[in-house]
Amino acid sequence: MKRLIKEFTKGIAIENPTFGLVLGLCPTLAVSTSVVNALGMGAAATFVLLGSNIIISAVRKVIPDQIRIPCYIVIIATFVTIVELIMKAFLPVLNAALGIFVPLIVVNCIVLGRAEAFASKNNIVHSIADALGMGLGFTLALCIIASIREILGAGKFLGFSLIPGFEPAIMLILAPGALLTMGLLIGLVNYWHLRKKSGKPEGSGLASDSQSHKPEGGGLPSDRQSQKEIRRAGCNGCG
Amino acid sequence: MDAAKFMSLMISMVFINNFILSKFLGLCSFIGVSKETRPAVSMGLAVTFVTTLSSLITWLIYRYLLIPFNITYMRTISFILVIASFVQLVEMVIRKTSPGLYRAFGIYLPLITVNCAVLGVAVLNSEAFFVDGRPVPGSFWMSLAQGFFAGAGYLLAMLLMSGIRERLELQDAPKSLQGVPLAFIVASLMSLAFMGFSGFKF
Repeated sequence: MKRLIKEFTKGIAIENPTFGLVLGLCPTLAVSTSVVNALGMGAAATFVLLGSNIIISAVRKVIPDQIRIPCYIVIIATFVTIVELIMKAFLPVLNAALGIFVPLIVVNCIVLGRAEAFASKNNIVHSIADALGMGLGFTLALCIIASIREILGAGKFLGFSLIPGFEPAIMLILAPGALLTMGLLIGLVNYWHLRKKSGKPEGSGLASDSQSHKPEGGGLPSDRQSQKEIRRAGCNGCG
Repeated sequence: MDAAKFMSLMISMVFINNFILSKFLGLCSFIGVSKETRPAVSMGLAVTFVTTLSSLITWLIYRYLLIPFNITYMRTISFILVIASFVQLVEMVIRKTSPGLYRAFGIYLPLITVNCAVLGVAVLNSEAFFVDGRPVPGSFWMSLAQGFFAGAGYLLAMLLMSGIRERLELQDAPKSLQGVPLAFIVASLMSLAFMGFSGFKF
């Protein structure tokens, strides 16, 4: 039980996929123009994460080691197709707002990263806890970025105007605003990490040294690697 | 396809709708590999190569396999599988036939398999150049051009970014902003500059 809670909470705080591991950046930046979009994207990604983690953890002993990545991709793509069809049928407005980023969940490195680093080594119950934690952490991070951008960039929150007469900085809901918000937020997280362990040298990773690893270890690693390397490889590959 | 359409597609994909700076496709590799110019250019060339050829393959699959059998909902699965196996195949061929080329961008190929710029181009092609399950006139060449110019836009952004970051390394930035956060802020400024191109009208 204790372990279950640990697996659940780590995705929300310490190993937060967006701020801790810096994974899945493209959807994070592209759909965080409003909080509603962020919630929709978060829910879709959590569903895919949950489904793929359950199935992969259930069949982890059957899948041969050499072809496991293609197998994972097929399983993930199946769940992405399910989400696509459900969204088209029941949430056409959200589907239009998220656009191309719904099918692109399939190359979101959070999903493949969790499959490789967690679900392929742990049982179903723990994988469910991990998926829910990571999904919630991703949704939370998306909502933080989207709140900042929507409040400052459009003067609204969840579609409601906040301050009358407030002149919003439109740049923040456009493309440059996403990059700026993300850069400053990662800087803030780095600052907290540095303050917490000011004695130790900066080794928390945060992808600041992702160049240093050999690219051979990239997208489709041929042997088991440490979690950290998988994360980096996934991060460089996902785009 | 007439030349005017072709030109407008080129300017739109390279400048106005630059894949990295305005559509956020291929961002992880953009941040990860843009520290030095040489690897950045190799990565850009490899991406251009793969987006062009995968546009070709996915167009053929969409047109002659998915539409006739009425299984367009299989788009995501079939595209990602085809792209992944295609990239693996290209890597094997290059390694066998030309060691020089392999050294130049062969090692970046596996990284591209799950790059969302590649799948993104394929999905965009199938949405933009097919209306109600029928290809628009010149659809094939437009897809091919869109794939190539999307890659060219990626290469351009990569080249500019790596040049800036090489100089940035020598500057004295706050410790918490060094590396990735500063790269994001620089990318934000570049994106702001590229927004100027959206004034172009055709």
